[in-house]
Amino acid sequence: MSDATATQTPEERYALNKQLAQMLKGGVIMDVTTPEQAHIAEAAGACAVMALERIPADIRAAGGVSRMSDPKMIKGIQAAVSIPVMAKCRIGHFAEAQILQAIQIDYIDESEVLSPADDTYHIDKTQFSVPFVCGARNLGEALRRIEEGASMIRTKGEPGTGDVVQAVRHMRMMNAEIRRVQNMRDDELFEAAKQLQVPYRLVKYVHENGKLPVVNFAAGGVATPADAALMMQLGAEGVFVGSGIFKSGDPAKRAAAIVKAVTNYNDPEMLAALSEDLGEAMVGINESEIKLIMEERGQ
Amino acid sequence: MSKKPTIAVSAVQGAFIEHEKRLASLGCEVFELRQATDLERPFDALVLPGGESTVQAKLLRELNMFGTMRARIVEGMPVLGTCAGLILLAERIEDGDGDLAGLDPEIAAVRTRVTGFGTLPVTVRRNGYGRQLGSFHAHAPFTAEGAAPRRAHDEAATQLPCHLERPNFAEPREATAAFAIGMEPNAKAAPTVPMTFIRAPFITEVRADAGAKALAEVDGRIVAAQAGNQIGVAFHPELDEDNTVYQAFLALI
Repeated sequence: MSDATATQTPEERYALNKQLAQMLKGGVIMDVTTPEQAHIAEAAGACAVMALERIPADIRAAGGVSRMSDPKMIKGIQAAVSIPVMAKCRIGHFAEAQILQAIQIDYIDESEVLSPADDTYHIDKTQFSVPFVCGARNLGEALRRIEEGASMIRTKGEPGTGDVVQAVRHMRMMNAEIRRVQNMRDDELFEAAKQLQVPYRLVKYVHENGKLPVVNFAAGGVATPADAALMMQLGAEGVFVGSGIFKSGDPAKRAAAIVKAVTNYNDPEMLAALSEDLGEAMVGINESEIKLIMEERGQ
Repeated sequence: MSKKPTIAVSAVQGAFIEHEKRLASLGCEVFELRQATDLERPFDALVLPGGESTVQAKLLRELNMFGTMRARIVEGMPVLGTCAGLILLAERIEDGDGDLAGLDPEIAAVRTRVTGFGTLPVTVRRNGYGRQLGSFHAHAPFTAEGAAPRRAHDEAATQLPCHLERPNFAEPREATAAFAIGMEPNAKAAPTVPMTFIRAPFITEVRADAGAKALAEVDGRIVAAQAGNQIGVAFHPELDEDNTVYQAFLALI
């Protein structure tokens, strides 16, 4: 590490953290639970891996309280790959986040997939040097997380289901709201800020730029190259794949196909070729069949 | 340049849109390389953006773009590689110290290696500054004419004009950079350029005998090099407002 980091202002640090997310664009971030899976993911073309003890489908199946992973297990994955390694902490659990920062994680996901530790407050992410990614279902949630210091946003989807419907809903909602703000008169932005429950200056940024001030990925329920292409065409800048890969018949092949689908999301012929012969996809659960709705955690 | 130059930007993964916007603002025609058929369009120069080098090297191969792109570079097509793009250009690639320290030899042996174009006669160290906490912003002179090429790193300390033991980071970074470490003291004044390093590599060796020269250094480490029509930089000129690196690149057309 360069000594330069010692003199960084919080603003410089935040800029660098947003910029790391920019480097991940057009890429696929994969959930992995072991160094071996991390290998498979990296070799298949993952631009980063999310280290966790259980993938969301298993968290959902097992029930109970789900917590930050064992740091030793995360360090094993850090050693196994050269790409960025992310890990999840519980919503509001800033001590877990401090631990993840201490082991030099590249990105912390303050995630609704784990059991929330605080039902009112999210982590004050401005107090950290490492970057955070947070889930959001709509523009208001996204801008609140950004105000708290998140340097990357993802849709919440409905983790562990293999059902892409919620990721689609969130991405459409977010982009529809962005277009609405973009087309407002300047004097309407103050009321929009009030309705969205976010600071005026962030609404003004969206109005002027027609996008979030940070990178926005799709997450939740992506299980096929077609799912990934759908999310990219709907405006995602990259894709998280959780249970979809290592709950499928041929993880390496499926992972590689999803990576290529994200690059060539606008080419149906290539997507057709990529979708051939991938073996069994994760079985999945329909949104309407599940009792525990994780996306409602943390608003 | 009489007509508008056309620049192809590798767009398999990473921060390619940032390059495209900048090049367009500088008056270039720009298009993206996402698959082999895109390489059939004529273009004057090539940009290899930042992102993950493991991903980009794999996709360029599997999408059947690698051979054509390498052949163009070897033929002398001007190319700018930034961060991951520098790694793809480099003849030799080392893995970062920090990453491999204390690593189980079995794991180290099977770690995914990057095999890039190997056309720029330099050695780069991937993740040279460690993980994201090691990312930083700096200012340093950048000269497209190039400083006297030499081996970096181990000799840097003895070549400091003022013999700084180690740059003092309590001072503004501009102050340390002004010593233009390793550059000839009376070299033509090089413009000071803002440089953003994100999980960046640095260059550990520049092979002068093969025509490579260093273009910039930060803290005694070479962070930019050129050989012929190839420019590779460890930082991200697309993320700062300065156009010095782009001007050096476009001057090659």
